[in-house]
Order: sequence, then C-alpha cells, then structure tokens
Amino acid sequence: MKSWFKSGSPWIWMTAGAVSISLISVIGLLLLIAWRGLSFFWPSAIHQFDVQQNGQNAVVIGEVYDREYVPTTRLIQAGVDTKGFKGEEIERLLIKTGNREYVDLDFRWILRTDIQTQTKPSGVAVFERSKNGNFYGFVSQIIEDGKTIDNPSNEQLEELIERAVNFNEEALDLQNGPIGSINYRLERIRLEERALELKEKLTPEDSAAFNQERKELKANYLELEKELFNLRKLAERDFVIVKDMRGEQVRIPLSQVLDVTFPNDMSFITKAGRFLIQVSKFITDDPREANTEGGVFPAIFGTVFMVMLMAVIVTPFGVIAAIYLHEYAAKNAVTKVIRIAVINLAGVPSIVYGVFGLGFFVYMLGGSIDELFYPEASPSPTFGTPGVIWSALTLAILTLPVVIVSTEEGLSRIPSSIRQGSLALGATKAETLWRIIIPMASPAIMTGLILAVARAAGEVAPLMLVGVVKMAPTLPLDGNFPFIHLDRKFMHLGFHIYDVGFQSPNVEAARPLVYATAFLLVSVIVALNITAIGIRNHLREKFKSLEH
Amino acid sequence: MSQHLTLPNKNDRIRKVKDQVAKYGVSAGGLMVLAALLMIFFYLLYVVYPIFEDVEVSHESKISVAGQQHNYALGLDEHVEIGYRFTDQPSLEYFSLVEGKLGQTILNKTFDKLDSVSTFAKSSPHQGLFAYGLSNGEAFVVQPKFKISFPNDKRFTEPRITYPLGEETITLDEAGEAIEHLAFSVSEEGAGFLFSTASGVKYQYWVAEENFMTDEIEWQSETVELDGLGSDIQALHISPDLSRAFVVQSKQLNIIDIRDIEEVEVKYQVSVAKADEKVVASTLLSGANSIMLANDQGIMSQWFEINGEKGPELIKAREFVTDNKQINGLFSEFYRKTFFATSQNGRLGVYHTTSEAYLFDEVVTENAVNNFAIAPRSNAALLETDKGFELIRIKNKHPEVTWSGLWQEVWYEGYPEPDYIWQSTSASDDFESKFSLVPISFGTIKAAAYAMLFSIPIGLAAAIYTAYFMPSSVRSVVKPTVEVMEALPTVILGFLAGLWLAPIIEENLPGVVVLMLAVPVFILLTAFAWHSLPAKIKNSLPEGYDCLILIPVILAVGYFSFEFSPVIESAYFGGDMRLYITDSLGIDFDQRNSFVVGIAMGFAVIPTIFSITEDAVFSVPKHLSQGSLALGASQWQTLVRVVLLTASPGIFSAVMMGLGRAVGETMIVLMATGNTPIMDWSIFQGMRTLAANIAVEMPESEVGSSHYRILFLAAFVLFIFTFVFNTVAEFVRQRLREKYSSL
Repeated sequence: MKSWFKSGSPWIWMTAGAVSISLISVIGLLLLIAWRGLSFFWPSAIHQFDVQQNGQNAVVIGEVYDREYVPTTRLIQAGVDTKGFKGEEIERLLIKTGNREYVDLDFRWILRTDIQTQTKPSGVAVFERSKNGNFYGFVSQIIEDGKTIDNPSNEQLEELIERAVNFNEEALDLQNGPIGSINYRLERIRLEERALELKEKLTPEDSAAFNQERKELKANYLELEKELFNLRKLAERDFVIVKDMRGEQVRIPLSQVLDVTFPNDMSFITKAGRFLIQVSKFITDDPREANTEGGVFPAIFGTVFMVMLMAVIVTPFGVIAAIYLHEYAAKNAVTKVIRIAVINLAGVPSIVYGVFGLGFFVYMLGGSIDELFYPEASPSPTFGTPGVIWSALTLAILTLPVVIVSTEEGLSRIPSSIRQGSLALGATKAETLWRIIIPMASPAIMTGLILAVARAAGEVAPLMLVGVVKMAPTLPLDGNFPFIHLDRKFMHLGFHIYDVGFQSPNVEAARPLVYATAFLLVSVIVALNITAIGIRNHLREKFKSLEH
Repeated sequence: MSQHLTLPNKNDRIRKVKDQVAKYGVSAGGLMVLAALLMIFFYLLYVVYPIFEDVEVSHESKISVAGQQHNYALGLDEHVEIGYRFTDQPSLEYFSLVEGKLGQTILNKTFDKLDSVSTFAKSSPHQGLFAYGLSNGEAFVVQPKFKISFPNDKRFTEPRITYPLGEETITLDEAGEAIEHLAFSVSEEGAGFLFSTASGVKYQYWVAEENFMTDEIEWQSETVELDGLGSDIQALHISPDLSRAFVVQSKQLNIIDIRDIEEVEVKYQVSVAKADEKVVASTLLSGANSIMLANDQGIMSQWFEINGEKGPELIKAREFVTDNKQINGLFSEFYRKTFFATSQNGRLGVYHTTSEAYLFDEVVTENAVNNFAIAPRSNAALLETDKGFELIRIKNKHPEVTWSGLWQEVWYEGYPEPDYIWQSTSASDDFESKFSLVPISFGTIKAAAYAMLFSIPIGLAAAIYTAYFMPSSVRSVVKPTVEVMEALPTVILGFLAGLWLAPIIEENLPGVVVLMLAVPVFILLTAFAWHSLPAKIKNSLPEGYDCLILIPVILAVGYFSFEFSPVIESAYFGGDMRLYITDSLGIDFDQRNSFVVGIAMGFAVIPTIFSITEDAVFSVPKHLSQGSLALGASQWQTLVRVVLLTASPGIFSAVMMGLGRAVGETMIVLMATGNTPIMDWSIFQGMRTLAANIAVEMPESEVGSSHYRILFLAAFVLFIFTFVFNTVAEFVRQRLREKYSSL
C-alpha cells in the first residue's frame, strides 16, 4: 500500500478522475438539455386523480409535470397529516391542470398519499388555446353555426377547429401584410412631410399631394378593416362545450382554439407524428402569452439575421488582418503588439463590448446619423437607439479575433514552397495572395467564420445593451421598402432563454419552453462547432499530404 | 532576351501599382485590429473622464439694476434667462439676464398692502416659495413661476407670480408682535410655519379644508408654543415634508418633532460649537435629511439623524475645514447634495457632502457677497454684492463622484456608520446615490475565486492526464468533447445553474457535500482495487482507458449520494439542512448562492484552462520525459519533476486566461445569483459582480449622468483587469514557445 502510494499511481488515477468528471458533466449537460427540451414536444398522458385532501374529495385532471420526494419529517413540520404512512419520504406530484381562468392555480402539488385512484381516461381532450393556456376536459357538444351536435366525433371537431384556425390565420395575414403596410406608409408620409417642413421647402402642392395620399390610404384601410372584422366574425362562429374536472360544462369559442389532441387515445406512431408537428410548430410559430407559449420563430429569425449581418462585416476585416499578420508583417515590436491586441480582443469580457457598442455605436455614431439624415423623426431616434445593425457591429469586433486566429492557422499550413513557386514564375505578391493563397486558405476562413457565427449566436450579455428586446413587433426584414430595416430591434434565442426563464411572470409554465429553446440553441451551436472542427481536421490532413 | 523581360510595359506597371496598393491596404487592415483595441480603451476613458473633472466657475456678466433697494432673496429661471429679486419695498422684480438686455426690468410687482417687513423666509429650493414676515405678526407667501411656451419654435419664458395661500396675508402671531425669524413649508396636506417673535418661538400648522357647501378652500390653523428655547436665535428651518424643524442657535441646535400638531415639542438639543466658535450660517441639504452649519472659524459641518441605541440622535457626519473665517451664507442645490458657501471677502466655496469633496474655493468677486441664488439646473448662480449683481456660470456635472468616494467607506445620510454601499437609483429625485465600487468589485473577486476553486483542480488534472497519459486515439475524442463545452453559450449554463442546479443543491445539500467528499475517496479505492487485481485482467484493458472505468464509479457515487441525502438530512439535520444552517448555525442561505455560481462558472472556465494546459503539457519535448524515464524515474516523478516544471509557464498562462474569463463572465452570474451587492465571503450567499451590475443597470441609466459614467468606469476596470491578465499570459506563453523551439 505504501509503495503503491509512493509510486504516484493514485495521483495519476486522480487526474484520470478529473477527466471522467469533465466528460460526465459535458455529456450529462448535453443529454439533460436534449431530454428536457425534446420531451416538451412529446404528447404526455393525461391522468385523472381522485384526491382526498383534508377530508375533501376532488377530481384533478392534468399532466404529471414534475415529481419529487419530500422527507416525511419536513411534511410533519409543515403541519401536513401523514397518518398511516411510514417511511422516510413521500412522493409529491406536480400536476399541470390547465383551465387557467377557472382555477386559482394551473399547477398543483399532490401528495401520493392523498391520491385515492389514478386513471388514464380515454377521450380526454387537450385544447391548445391562444389565450389562457391549455384546457383539459371531455368534449360533450359542439355548436356549429348555432346548431348543437351531441357527442360529436373527433373528426367533426377537428374540421371545425381547422376552419376557425384558417380564418384566424387569414385575418392575421391581412393585419400583418396590407394593413401593416398602410400604417408603415402613413408613417413615411408623416416623416417626408416633416422633412420638407424642416427644410422649409413644403409647398402647398406637396401638402395637398400628401393629404390626397393619406386619404386614399385611409379609405383603403377602412376597406381592409371591414374585411378583417368579417374574417374574425367568421372565425367566431362555432363553440365547443367541454366538461372540465369540476364536472361543469364550459363553453369555449373555437376561435380561441388552436389545436385539439386526445393523447390518451394515441398510439405510439400517432404520438411520434404529433411530436414532429409540435417541433415544427415551435420553430415556425410566433410566441404567445408573453413568450411563455407558442413558438420562437422571431427569435430564430432575429438571431440568424443578426449573425449573417455580422458575418458580412467581420469576414473581410478578419481575413485582411490575418493576411497582414502572416504574410506582410515584419518580425518587429509592432507585430508583437498587434498579436497582443488580438489576444486581448479575444479576452475582453463581452459585456465591455456591449458598453462600448452602446456608447460609441448607438449614442455617438447612431446619434450623429440621426442628426444628419433623420432630423424629421426627432425627437424619437432612428439609429440613435439600440438596433440590429449595432448588435452586428458590436459582435463583429467581438468575433474578429476568432476569424483572425483561424485564418492565420490556415495560412501557416500552406507550404512556403507554393508561395515561392508562384513568385518565381513572376507573379507579384498580391497576385500570389489572391490567386493561390486565399483560395487555398478558404476552408480555414470558412472555419473561422463558422466559429465566429457560433460564438455570436450564443452571446447575450452585449446584446442586452445594444439591440435585443423581449418582444419585437416587426422583423428586421419585411415587405415594406427598403425591405431591410437595420435600425429595428430584434429577438434573440439566447436572450429569449434569459427573459422567459428569469423575467416571465409564470416561470413554472414557461420552463419546458426554455429547455426547448436551449436545446435548439445548443444543437445549432454544437453542430456549427463540430462542422468547423471537421473542416479544420480535414484541412490539416490535406496539407499534411502536400508537405510530403 | 533579358532586355525584353525588363522592358517596362503598361501592364506591368499596373500590376506593380496593384501590388503596392494591396500591401498598404492589408497593412492598414492589420493595424486596424490595434486601432480597435485602442479605440475601446480611449472611448471608455473619454466617457469616464468627465466624472473626475474639476469644477469650473466663470464670470458671465455684471448686472446693474435700477434702484438699489435692500434685497431679501434672489432667483433664476431654469434656462438662466430671467432673474428675480425680493426687495424691501416690498416688491418682486424680474429682470433679464440675456446679453443685450441685461438688467432690464421685465415685470415689477409691488405688494403695497403689506405692513413693514421685519423678516424674510424661503422654502426648500425645489418648492420655490418665499414669504415676507411682517412687523404686525402676519406673513405673506409668494411663488415666482415661469411659463415656457414655444411660439414659432423658439423658446419664450414668461414670468408669473402665484400665491399658494391666497393673495391676502395670513396672521401668524395673534398678539401682533413683529416676526423676527421665519421658516415655512407648504406640502399637499397643509402648511407649516415656524416663527419667532420677541416673546418666543411658535409653530403654526395650516390645513386646507374644502367647504361642502361652497366648494371653497378654507384654511384653518393651530398654533403651538415651544418652550425651553432661549432668545439667541440664529435661524429656523423646517423640512419640506413637515416632519422636522430645527432652531439654530449660535452654540446649539434644537430638533423639533412637528409630525403631529398635538405633540409638537423640542425633542432634544445638540451642542454644535466649541467655546470659541459661533454658528454663522445654516441650510438644509436637498432632501432635507441633513442640516449644514457653518461657524466663524471657517468650519462647515453636516448633521443628520440616525437611529441610535437610545432612539433617534443627531450626529455630525463630516466637517469641511477651510481657512475662510468670514462665511456669511450657506446655500444648497435643488436636487444634489452640493452646497455653496458665500463670504464677506468674496470667496465662494463649493462642496459636496456625500463624496466629501472640496470642489471649489476661490475669490469670485472683490466685494462681500450679500445674497446668492443657484439656478435650478445648477449651471449658474446669481450673486449680489454691494456693487450690484453678478452672474456666474458653474460647470459642476458630477460632484457626487470622487476616486476616494468610489473606493472608501462613505457615511451616508441616515446610516449609523460609514460603509461601502452600492445603491444607484431610487424613485425620489433628491435620493442620495451610493456609488461604492467596493461591494461589486468584491462580488467579482468572490465569484471568480469560487469558480477557480472548482475549475483549477479539475481543469489542470484533466489536461495533464489527457496530454500525458492518454493514448492518442482516446485523446482525439476527449479533447474536442471538452472543448465543445467552451462553445456552450453561457446563457444556457446560467439558466441551468439558476433553474435546475440551484434547487437541486438546495434540496439535496447533504448529498452534494457527501458527493464532493466521496468522489476522491472512491477514485482512490477503485485505483487500489484495480492495482490489486491480477495482472491478467489489468492487461486486458489498454493503457489510458482507466478513466473509462472511473465513469461508472463516479456515476454510482453520485447516485448513492443523492439517494442517501434525505437519510442524512433527517438523521443529522432534523430533516431540513437549510433550516439547520439558517437557524442553528446562523448563516444566511440564498438558493442562488456562491456555490452554484462556483460550479456553473467553473464549468465555463474548465475548457479554457484545460485547452491551454493540455497544449502546454503536450508540447513538452518527448525526449525530456523519455530521458527521465530512462534514468529510472517513475511516470509520476517524471510528470511532476520534468514535464510539469517545463510546462509551468503554460499552466500559469492557462490559469490567468481562466481568471480573465471568470472575472468578466456576465450571464452566469446574472442568472445564478440574486445579484445583491453584499460583502460576505459566505458560500451560501450570492453577490453582484461588475459585469452583472452593468448588464442590470446600464439599460436604465440616463445617458451622460454620473451613474452612466460610473458604469462605464466599471467596464473600464474590467477591461484593464482582463487586459493585464491576458497580456501577462500571452507574454509568458510566447516566452515558453521560444524556449521550446530552442530545446
């Protein structure tokens, strides 16, 4: 034993233990996020509990949302009656009961000992609604255009829901499309008029023209509004009567229902199909209920848009800096200082970039742009307020070192014989670079870009200062001239996680959604990183063969 | 032939030009990286700098106004266009301060119905009320106002006069004795008047009541006489919210509780001057929590009430000592804790109480200053000397910030002792901002320390094993896996730490403690068991796969620790360890505490340390270790005495980089702690770090305000912090690289 300790072998095992701990935590973390994120989409069974609590009987219908074990002593301290139960712990279930407008709390803790019976009744319907969250209950009637139908088939109900959903969607399209355009155009007219007024060039003819256009737009608007109300009215035609867990008949307008499922009657395959539908809905839908329900489409769009804008800015600068450092820079103090600057740019905390971006880009640069080009919009700022362009610029500085380091590595792997060959054949240095070196280094540039994009996609702290918002009414890209609106604020997946997980009023209800969002973000970033690592390894192999 | 080749043709020249352009273009691009870093540095500095700028006072103009009456008080409008004065006529006269019309009377209102004036009083500056005390025991309240309109898009200020208590005088002293001193305040509920006559000091409270029948507002008053005050009265003060009144005598200060008219009494008295001193001037500081006194020895002192052991007591928080023995007036600003001292010899002193700053003290005029008024925006002041009026400009943007105030203990109003406090905003205007960077810097160091405590052992050990013992086939999988961790967005780590890990740790605290102790023990036990196994079985597993055996062992230890957690909890901690900690040990317990932050941020730092250390250890030349092994040293001896020693600069640089990352990390700390700026090393409590503080407060801070600039300063501190760490680390690494290349 003593000699074993002396050999140092136990300490080697300890270092091995550290590797194991690291591996367990990385893989465990990824599995945890994946499991929690994906199980959100799987249709879970709806249980019916007959509960006897404090001598009162009640029926509770809902999903088992969470379970935990509570030490019996703690329950006794809390004054809970645990008679007739021996053991260290009691299981406690968190039930999501939905029906938010009819019960005090849509989540309820139930002790295992209070449950008399637990069943999975067939025919429980889960209504996904645009307001007040899910509704659980048994369908008893539907009212189609005033006619009552008893015990309707599921197909009948689904058909009517689809009808209402279609009308609602049409109404939404109308609102976001043509009506949105009219509002946008009206605002443009106001600004154009104000601009002329400021330049003191507003002639009566101009005013008349503006007023004429305004009038036309307003007339157009009234027409569209009529259409909108009509569509809404059509959507509000039908109702469904549902028996809820209190045993009462509740009337739900179908215009509020987005979807209905009967999870207890589903086979594994239908559940899998349902799972895919839910995933696609999550990716393509807008958020509802203060971001705690619905999808994350605007956040995905905002993240991708901002990151692409950033990539466009950062690539040329990063590549040029790398070329300078590797191909042109002499071995002197300046080069050394620049290298230290690169390392420091990589090491400066991201929040400092946020502060810099807010002060320099938003207030100084944006403020000057507003003064010079948008005096008509003042006092409300156009570019002098956080926006997507400033976020992209800030993150471009942040990710600059990533591109530089990766590109430089690629450049250093190109054998110098290739450069010398090109120069010997009479090409200038610029031509060698442009025709030979950069094409050969392009996979390395690509790697750097991918890594930069992955870094930018996950960065949140600086964005909180320079442009991200919890709820953006419009996307930075739409059908109104000039189509790309760089001054707009945007939504971001990372910020969405922070906001929904920590700032939302109903954290418990939003938690699965946060896990799903986190899973989405992690999978995108890990995929990007693995791609980058793959390209880099491939590149190394390729140049290894060139050298021999 | 050679001639032909070197013949300059047009195409070649263009190529040459292009080559040159590319060269300079690329060089410029390279220098741009440096420029970006410098720009961040200098921009942060540029924003921070104004908070340390000195106060500047400059003469704007001398104003002569027709008719040299005695003036009781002066005032200015917000844009420093119009001044006013209350004269002994008695009248209120507005005059222009605009160049070209200097001193021209704009409006002159004479209050000719008044009896002769015996004294004069002003309310707190932001209320903007003035009152004449008359020799027949009456008083008359006037409020100068300005109406601002924008005809033709140009600002136009028009003076107005209003009478908040009516256009008639009100009777203070029923006996009709002359008012000698007066202080008053008008709040929403009523008005309070503290006054002295030859027969003593009295307090009178007026309350407005609406008449049911006529809807008219009727004022009703109640008067209380205050006993036990001598005749030597220097000044009277009353707080705007009608809670406290002060009677200043030349040696002592009397504090009167006036909250309830039924119980108005002198609460206590404090001696405020030594034998050879005499109080000559006094004023309430904005917010009316402090009273400033100046004595004839040139010493000014700040007094406020704290909750002492024996109830409320008035204490002297600080003194401003000057050699100016001729101070004749103290004046406070509208909203900030700056005050001004005027004197017989024309000297003007500017001070700020919270930051204890002597901002300015110079002779601004040759003559004695008889009257003084500060503009609402504190950017100008009007002073009256024997020779007329003078308008001075004051540039005093950030008096509340000083370098020492940011890093030293400061005695804030109402606090029992000086302390480090960060509390930047509040709902009220005259709130005393508490900008001490100490608690948040402390939080930064605390968070980083706990993170390093967790990440250094694991990161270094894992890197050493991976680089030195692991076969390359396993290494090529393990290394990228750990490095993927680095790419994980910190917002996800923070979210998991706050919403998943924190509750788990809180619920299973004993299990977590057991886990941390049991894991190393069980690793050693496994190692010994493996060592004792017959060689045949041992050899069946290739070298370097040891860590794979440990994975199930650690998982099992983890599982059992959590399984036994409730058992331990009920056996030793009465069923609830958290309660045990707070009740029996007396330690505060936050759910989101340093322990959670340490683990979560440790996670974020491990890959940084791992990656750099692994590179450093791996690039130690093989012939060194092989030489050592050949000379009979064991693997462990070689590792410790040869490999690690050679790689130590690299390991140092890894730790520095890791520290740099931990110091600047924002999202994890933001989400995994409660963000309370407390100073306590306790592992069960949270903290607020510089970075999280910026993220929380920056979006709400007003551009250009002191708060905004201090947040920039926090960013600058972070920048310098990480700059030093990274530069040192990079230097060390470059040295190391040079050393290896020579080996």
